[in-house]
Amino acid sequence: TDYNDLYCLFTLVQFTKAGQFFSSGHTNNWAVLVCTSRFWFNYRHVANTLSVYRSVKRLGIPDSHIVLMLADDMACNYRNPKPATVFSHKNMELNVYGDDVEVDYRGYEVTVENFLRVLTGRLPPSTPRSKRLLSDDRSNILIYLTGHGGNGFLKFQDSEEISNMELADAFEQMWQKRRYNELLFIIDTCQGASMYERFYSPNLMALASSQVGEDSLSHQPDLAIGVHLMDKYTFYLLEFLEEVHPASQANMNDLFKVCPQSQCVSTPGHRTDLFQRDPGSVLITDFFGSVRKVEITKDTINLTSPVEPPIQRSGSGDIQIESLTYVDQLPVAEIIHQKPKQKDWHPPDGFILGLWTLILLVFFQTYGIKHLKHIF
Amino acid sequence: MAAHRCGLSLVFILIFSSLACPSSCDALEKANENTGEKQSVSDTPREVNTDGSIAAEDLNERQWQSTDVEVDRSDGTKDSESFTAAAARDQFQEELVIRPLHSGDIYASFQFRTLWDIDFLQERQKVSHYRLFPKSLGQVLSKFSVRELHISFTQGFWRTMQWGQPFIPSPPGAELWVWFHDTVSDVDGNWKELTNVLSGIFCASLNFIDLTNTVQPSASFKPLGLGNATDHRFLRYATLPREIVCTENLTPWKKLLPCGSKAGLSVLLKSEKLFHSSFHSQAVHIRPVCQDEQCTSKAWELRQTLNVVFDLYTSSQGKKEWSLFKMFSRTLTEACPLATSSKIYVDITDNPEGELFELNPVTPLLSQAVVLGDRRTYSVFDLTRAETFGQLCSLNLLLRWKGDSGDMLRPLLHAERYVAGFGLQTGEIHTVIYNNHPYRAFPVLLMDSVPWYLQLYIHTLTVTSKSRDNKPSYIHYQPAKDRHRPHLLEMLIQLPPHSMTEVTVQFERALLKWTEYTPDPNHGFYVGSSVVSALVPSMVAMNTNFTQDQPLFSSFVPVKEESSYFVRVYTEPLLVNLPTPDFSMPYNVICLTCTVVAVGYGSFYNLLTRTFQVDEPSLPLEKRLANLIRRIRGVPLLA
Repeated sequence: TDYNDLYCLFTLVQFTKAGQFFSSGHTNNWAVLVCTSRFWFNYRHVANTLSVYRSVKRLGIPDSHIVLMLADDMACNYRNPKPATVFSHKNMELNVYGDDVEVDYRGYEVTVENFLRVLTGRLPPSTPRSKRLLSDDRSNILIYLTGHGGNGFLKFQDSEEISNMELADAFEQMWQKRRYNELLFIIDTCQGASMYERFYSPNLMALASSQVGEDSLSHQPDLAIGVHLMDKYTFYLLEFLEEVHPASQANMNDLFKVCPQSQCVSTPGHRTDLFQRDPGSVLITDFFGSVRKVEITKDTINLTSPVEPPIQRSGSGDIQIESLTYVDQLPVAEIIHQKPKQKDWHPPDGFILGLWTLILLVFFQTYGIKHLKHIF
Repeated sequence: MAAHRCGLSLVFILIFSSLACPSSCDALEKANENTGEKQSVSDTPREVNTDGSIAAEDLNERQWQSTDVEVDRSDGTKDSESFTAAAARDQFQEELVIRPLHSGDIYASFQFRTLWDIDFLQERQKVSHYRLFPKSLGQVLSKFSVRELHISFTQGFWRTMQWGQPFIPSPPGAELWVWFHDTVSDVDGNWKELTNVLSGIFCASLNFIDLTNTVQPSASFKPLGLGNATDHRFLRYATLPREIVCTENLTPWKKLLPCGSKAGLSVLLKSEKLFHSSFHSQAVHIRPVCQDEQCTSKAWELRQTLNVVFDLYTSSQGKKEWSLFKMFSRTLTEACPLATSSKIYVDITDNPEGELFELNPVTPLLSQAVVLGDRRTYSVFDLTRAETFGQLCSLNLLLRWKGDSGDMLRPLLHAERYVAGFGLQTGEIHTVIYNNHPYRAFPVLLMDSVPWYLQLYIHTLTVTSKSRDNKPSYIHYQPAKDRHRPHLLEMLIQLPPHSMTEVTVQFERALLKWTEYTPDPNHGFYVGSSVVSALVPSMVAMNTNFTQDQPLFSSFVPVKEESSYFVRVYTEPLLVNLPTPDFSMPYNVICLTCTVVAVGYGSFYNLLTRTFQVDEPSLPLEKRLANLIRRIRGVPLLA
């Protein structure tokens, strides 16, 4: 009986492990990382976004599944004493810009309209794939926003705002179009908790760096660069994420404990009532990483026949015998004697003059010749 | 006894390590052979391995001819035959030219060329097997029926007076010009989709190119590739002077190279060094070229060029000593295995006896080339030979200056542009073109594309040379249409020898609608560079023959006649302030108006409608009782 009990316990443990393995229900991961501030003194917002980008890439999400939006260029800004770098720690320890970054929306393209179009998928047909969020109903999406915000809004590029209601409606559109399986929303701005107050779609989990009425503070300035390098919340979030590796079992409860008030001065908040699973059973890598589940099969699959080779150009040799030439780069004689372009049609010369003469003659014919002497 | 044993073991270790070191080089070469074998898809690896005992150099030589030589010798199955047909048709060459400049800076120009013997339009079947040519660009070419594509991203401005002429010029920001095939019916639609697709490929905001900044030059941009018909309705040109270039543009550019950034010259492309420079420009040029000397059929050429000028003070701390490690923070260890030729050229024309600077390592290979109207001598380092890398298996070129270089020869053609005037209403654009040739006059074609919000007054256009009026022999002007089309002005001006020509035109600044302002409107609005194209008389006879062995940097522009060479000079872009409204104005106005209305209107209303009534004082108790009784009786009340 001892052995029986042990055996039952063992299988129970295995089943919960297996259950956890299949509990998340997602097959692919996407990330939308947005920095909404412009100007050199908002360096820290770009550094925030790039730190999350770096962690997400490190944990496995490829560039094709990341939509990175940076509202201004800090790395190659003329004020940057070290071009092509964006540092996140003081004393320039960590270059989060890296060597193979791919920014999808940059500069003036980061607007409220483009952000909402990316989320809802309503983009013009000529938009390239790298700028689209091609998620389906089994995608887990991570959305990270940072910038300057207030109670109920987030500022984009110092000229327009997005309100919490618009964001909630966008997420509802995504839910109705089945564009996500689960969504994790992180925001690092002042009064960030106001942005997730209005969410009403299922399977949403939200984290914010500060409550309503509180300001999110920046971490530390760097005297060489001259600006603050990062915000406190994202600094501690980056420290936490550097410990995470693709096989780690850290769950969301650990993420909620990042940056308590003693470190962050503001109180980070989170919202899990719309989320169906228990946060303790949600792995960090469910959203930040791209852990593939592999199914092993023993069936053989027949590959299709190879590509047809292109037809040899044996026949075309007869047709073109004359040699091709390069074009003259500045054919002066040709340019001077170029035929004038098709201009708009104008009536022939003197036509207007003749028309007015005719009108005057008809006028004087009708009303009598005696009026002529008033003119001459 | 123990010390004796230690000593013996030390000796053994020393002998072992000295044996190991040279053999490590061989191991590297064997690794190269192996990768080379893997590239050629054939089933004869066994053949090559048995020959491994032959001197490594011979093997390498045989290897570095196009790999299809071995492939042809195979008598494999049908599959390898089909791969033969496709694999033999493209080849890749890479080269780096290092030119020390008179100001102490150094100019490095990378060129990577892929030549593919295929015709996208003639082959009725879809091209599906891409080997060296990148698939993303191939699909773009066939989908949009592109005949020629030139795109460049530049950070910084090329200073012609200090640095001379670049091999491949480019304006600051992004520039894109495309020749479409004459089978295209809707050129504007294709152009719009092409810009969107390219913005995705290069991670740039090229989708801001639309009809408000696209022009159709009528004479300036002739095709650089093969072709007969030059109907300018199929040409589109646009620049984005505001476009930033950073690592995110370099990353996809590097991914287009066959060796990526893993082998060959492209390992030197480190973004932290490349962007910490005075000038950085990366470009992609695609055009049809002659396949061979008879020029009976076309081949596609993809050239990726990267020009960078390293500043003496920021990159070298003021010391006139340059090396590959100092410039790129890396040395070279091998050539790209997929390249048929991989060379470094160092310009030593100013250093014939070695009195100006010293070049290490010394190489016996020298080459002369006529480029930009001048005969220059180059030291050549062939990376496909193993002995270039020496004992340490790495190549680090070192240039150490010994003496001071004299003055630079003034470039023959130079142009400047600036905005004159004051205030936010009107202004004047001045373009100054210098002809520094002592006795020859030559014509130049000036192309100006000005956005619609600077309304040009063309009746104020003046062209003066040597303080006399100079009438252009050809003027093409297309006026702007508000919010639809920019101004296009093209003029063919004859420049007298040793003179300065000034072109001035006045303009008025428009007031934009408030939604059309950028988020930072007080920065100003950019006007793209002017393009000056000219055939400059050359001091040395140019080479008009097309040969395959010409170095890449001298064979970019096709040469038609010996006495002159074609050059394009870009002027500075302009930064113009438009009258900008105060965007906090509506908020302030509302606050002020509401306050005034509340205070002023409230008082005014009271003044008009308020009436005053005398209030009766309250009566004492006995009078109130008396009033009560009187009211019951129906008798008039007391006061």
